Amino acid sequence: MTLDELRQISEKERQSSAKFQHHVCVCTAAGCLSSGAGEVASALKQEIAEAGMQNEVEVKTVGCMGLCSAGPLVSVEGDSTMYSNVKADDAPDIIRGLDTGSNGLSHCETSAPFFSRQKKIVLENSGRIDPERIEDYIAHDGYNALVTAITEMTPQQVIQQVVESGLRGRGGAGYPTGLKWSTVAKTGEQEKYVICNADEGDPGAFMDRAVLESDPHRVLEGMAIAGFAVGAQRGYIYVRAEYPLAVKNLKTAIRQAERLGLLGNSISGTRFSFHIDVRLGAGAFVCGEETALIASIEGKRGTPRPRPPYPAQEGLWGCPTLINNVETFANIAPILRNGAAWFAAIGTAKSKGTKVFALAGRVENTGLIEVPMGISLREIIYEIGGGIPEGRSYKAVQTGGPSGGCIPAEHLDSPVDYESLAKIGSIMGSGGMIVMDETSCMVDVAKYFMEFCMTESCGKCIPCRAGTQQMHGLLEKITRGEANAADLELLQELCELVRSASLCGLGQSAPNPVVTTLKYFGDEYRAHVEGAGCAAGICQCGPEKHKEAAV
Amino acid sequence: MQTILGPPTLPSDDKRWKIVEATARRHGREPHALIETLHTVQESFGYLDETALRFVAASLRVPLSRVFGAATFYHFFTLKPQGKHTCVVCTGTACYIKGAPALLAGIERTYGIKPGETTPDGELSVLTARCLGSCGLAPAVVLDSHVMGRIGPGEMLNRVAKGIGQ
Repeated sequence: MTLDELRQISEKERQSSAKFQHHVCVCTAAGCLSSGAGEVASALKQEIAEAGMQNEVEVKTVGCMGLCSAGPLVSVEGDSTMYSNVKADDAPDIIRGLDTGSNGLSHCETSAPFFSRQKKIVLENSGRIDPERIEDYIAHDGYNALVTAITEMTPQQVIQQVVESGLRGRGGAGYPTGLKWSTVAKTGEQEKYVICNADEGDPGAFMDRAVLESDPHRVLEGMAIAGFAVGAQRGYIYVRAEYPLAVKNLKTAIRQAERLGLLGNSISGTRFSFHIDVRLGAGAFVCGEETALIASIEGKRGTPRPRPPYPAQEGLWGCPTLINNVETFANIAPILRNGAAWFAAIGTAKSKGTKVFALAGRVENTGLIEVPMGISLREIIYEIGGGIPEGRSYKAVQTGGPSGGCIPAEHLDSPVDYESLAKIGSIMGSGGMIVMDETSCMVDVAKYFMEFCMTESCGKCIPCRAGTQQMHGLLEKITRGEANAADLELLQELCELVRSASLCGLGQSAPNPVVTTLKYFGDEYRAHVEGAGCAAGICQCGPEKHKEAAV
Repeated sequence: MQTILGPPTLPSDDKRWKIVEATARRHGREPHALIETLHTVQESFGYLDETALRFVAASLRVPLSRVFGAATFYHFFTLKPQGKHTCVVCTGTACYIKGAPALLAGIERTYGIKPGETTPDGELSVLTARCLGSCGLAPAVVLDSHVMGRIGPGEMLNRVAKGIGQ
């Protein structure tokens, strides 16, 4: 496949789409699908067939449009109109409205802050292209970056672009991507691997799933470019078995790319070959840790090992291995296409580009958003998110899942970038963002995350295995109203111990939710301990209970 | 003592074993295919029993202890048969703060089963999911692969009762 051939496919695809007067897109990503988008799509097709408009109206099933809380979503003529909460019965009205422009159906204002305040790079194709058709991806400049890279650039030039872009790992820790790539490239070994970490285990995070479901080729292209840059011939995508639609779309995409010669042997007639395989996870949160993930691909129990050696030196089957997150790979093609300087101009001094967040919890607009780095939490929650529903007030936002922290109102104006979030005790994480109002008890939330870490601890190192258990026990005691001041001190002490002595990221970051809630919501802990009870009314620890315990 | 040279014979005439066998073969009977092969067993049979674990161990020439280790380490695998109907309650963060505990309490009150358990008549199993990734629909419940979003305990119990035909 040469650039000319890509252009031909793209041209043909655009022409066949231009034949239609009207374009209707139905979101069939997991969120909308579970509220009935499949029926909506078939009803629309049937309605068009009955009206004899097959040559006038194109119905396309596309990926995530973002505003999951208003699903199923149907967009008409680009994004000019977006219908919300569509039912199969609405199909005739939608078709009728194509010419007249009005039909009284409920729709989202596409000029609303939820849409206008976002900046889409990773999600630019999401909700616009049919994820099951490679031609549609190619018509949106797909695989252009890969073919250009392998036919016109050297691996060093590709790495240079990634370095200059300032892209940092989107899995959470924010390690500079270019540096990682050049480390793997510099190793002299013959056999190297590229792994895409799609084991999105954080509860409350669905960014990677949306990218894989909505635009799988984007990830494959990024991986192939990485393979070319570091000198690997084989790549693995480690994806959660809990995401069947993402797995299906990925497998389809790999087959299509192989058929067109964009993956496989001698890509574009060069000496570069690259094969990608899908490996299923099996429900272990710890496998998001890179050394545990490698163990799992090797068919073993997913337990981490000490680093160094880092996977970049000794990874899969002892060979140098590049591991990046889904979103990191999804950023690669646009960087090569538009240039490193373009990417570096977005975001803040140290955090470049955009970040995708899964906005959920007690907020008006829940769904998938992509914002430039450096935007404030307030803008995300109150402008894009539309604020807290039912007249309640904001209490905290939880970022980074079980490894992150709870951020109180006083820090709402702090910018969203790697350093700022770390400074206030949380982490960027992979991008889960859960908003809580006064109906949530922060001690209960800390207990929830500790229960998660306790169950997910692989058991290899003692600080994590026993420490999370002890901390969970203390939190249980506090929520039952049976704890005293000494327990609080012990809890604090354990946080420090587990953080500093655990083997991998899971244990090292497990105390974060407790540390941040103790720091910002210490009053709530004291209320539970001193007998005032749980203000949110979640924990069973009223004043009477406390008296009982004291006796 | 019996020495296994070639691939083991299939445990029974059940056609599903051929699917399992095909997965092992596709990966060249390499030990690293363990998790993939266990996935195939669970997809075909619904759970992993001792026969299956022994067969996978012999097919991939992996010690039985390692097969058992992997099967019990990963939450996705189950060694017990599931009920005729399954109800998966998502306990991800968004679902948790929007009322997933009340859903589980409702099921326990009505059917007397906790997450991971099956009713004595084998009709209903209740499970929890770490996160379905449908946080926009929180709290979410999957009844026999049908997702129900933004649901309260009352309506969920009605749907479950209807689902298992009571």
